[in-house]
Amino acid sequence: MSVVSSLPASTGVGFKPAHFRDILAAPQPLGFFEVHAENYMGAGGPPHTQLGALRERYALSVHGVGLSIGSMRPLDRNHLMRLKTLCERYMPESFSEHLAWSSHSDVYLNDLLPLPYTQQTLARVAEHIDEVQTALGRQMLLENPSTYIRFSESTIPEVDFLAELSKRSGCGLLLDINNVFVSAKNHGTQPLAYLDSFPFDRVKEIHLGGHDEEVDDVGAPLLIDTHGSPIAGGVWTLYAHVIARTGALPTLIEWDNDVPDWPTLLAEAVVAQNILCDASRASAA
Amino acid sequence: MLAPFETSFADALLNADQPIPCGITAHNAAVPTRRFAVYRNNVVVGLTKALKHRFPAVERIVGEEFFAAMARIFVLERPPRSPLLASYGDEFAAFICTFEPARELPYLADVARLEAARTFSYHAADAVPIDASRLAALDPCDAAGIRIKPHPSIGIIRSPYPIVTIWAMNSGERELAPIESWRGEDALVARPYLEVEVRALPPGGAAFLLALAGDRPLGEAAEAALADDPDFDLAGNLAGLIGSGLVQDVVFPEPKSCQQP
Repeated sequence: MSVVSSLPASTGVGFKPAHFRDILAAPQPLGFFEVHAENYMGAGGPPHTQLGALRERYALSVHGVGLSIGSMRPLDRNHLMRLKTLCERYMPESFSEHLAWSSHSDVYLNDLLPLPYTQQTLARVAEHIDEVQTALGRQMLLENPSTYIRFSESTIPEVDFLAELSKRSGCGLLLDINNVFVSAKNHGTQPLAYLDSFPFDRVKEIHLGGHDEEVDDVGAPLLIDTHGSPIAGGVWTLYAHVIARTGALPTLIEWDNDVPDWPTLLAEAVVAQNILCDASRASAA
Repeated sequence: MLAPFETSFADALLNADQPIPCGITAHNAAVPTRRFAVYRNNVVVGLTKALKHRFPAVERIVGEEFFAAMARIFVLERPPRSPLLASYGDEFAAFICTFEPARELPYLADVARLEAARTFSYHAADAVPIDASRLAALDPCDAAGIRIKPHPSIGIIRSPYPIVTIWAMNSGERELAPIESWRGEDALVARPYLEVEVRALPPGGAAFLLALAGDRPLGEAAEAALADDPDFDLAGNLAGLIGSGLVQDVVFPEPKSCQQP
């Protein structure tokens, strides 16, 4: 594991091709861009032209959505090799994936699906992270999931599960604060309690995104992690709480559905940047 | 190691009639069916969206509701086998051929093939087209033996229906209007630079390009094109290909002198 994750401690935005011209038209007040790895696995064409141009100008985070690290089955070696090729081509400052599974028996389910937290699953996921870090020759970051259900067989709290994975494998953690908010609301728990036990020293990046609200089986609110709207007030509050504790951390705005125009998206990043600056000033004072 | 939670979870995701798997719970409901439905919905909606994105003209032709219903059946019957969603739907045209409710639109599958070729072209390898001057120096005696390598982004869709016109009218390229001459069109899909282009090939053009793509020398490719359509115009086709940046390379045969009578 030679390359350690090293994004700048400022804000970044998830790149959407619709914004390419706006982004290139002027220097943006951003530290980095993040892309979904699977969108850049073709041989050529505009995706690589655009990513190459971004890479020249900004730090880069490659974020995988299809490796299925949380599966109990073996990792797809072909997919792992595609990730290796991509990382070698663009040399991103960071590579991250999810504590989730998305493939089963050769079928790709195209969703980040949950897993039970047991000693058995912990051992298996730790092996997978090892395999990824060895293949890529770099540290990876693992993201906490948003979930809608629980497994009765789970015996380990999610935060402990993530902390132990990081300890065993040396991976960093990607703390998605919207996911913390969504999961806590959905499971009737307190997001602050989750965050207060989170191993902040392992966090190398933060994600912020929007969610929607539906209702569950008993008519109670059920939050859905949609990345299709502005970041909720409660998520900003939690973010400020975390940053006050940790100091500035690389922070990404994710907006993947109903993508707004560039100024609207950039405005979200500016809000995050202001919170980062406030924290820096407070710690300097 | 077996993965019981994954197997039952995945089965229930793709079969909405099945009860949700044992062991899945929530703090406020022992059997959280609606919560589990979020995952079911994510799978079907996400994959349907991938198909919408890849086949917008097909959707325009059949309408949103019809498309969503057709896509849902396709998604559940043939979920993707790879996390690379850009290639999801390679089999959609074949599925449409057998999809009974779409039978009144016999050209629909060919429009889907054209749209699938556009994505392929978009992601294909880049190649710098050759300069026309490369052919200027050609000795006419060697012309039949040269091999012209078409651009890697090229896709050719032959159809008994006017699919280029139908596609253009359903993708915003042309105004919707009655199609005066309802006859077959061969589509050429290519991305010589950054934009994917779609055009109708001239007579014999599809057979010519397919032969060139099959690494056959120019003389044989021209013969194949003439056999396909006697109106094939070699000079016009060659000029069109080179002028549009669709020739990646030209391989000259070993030099030999003209046979004297």
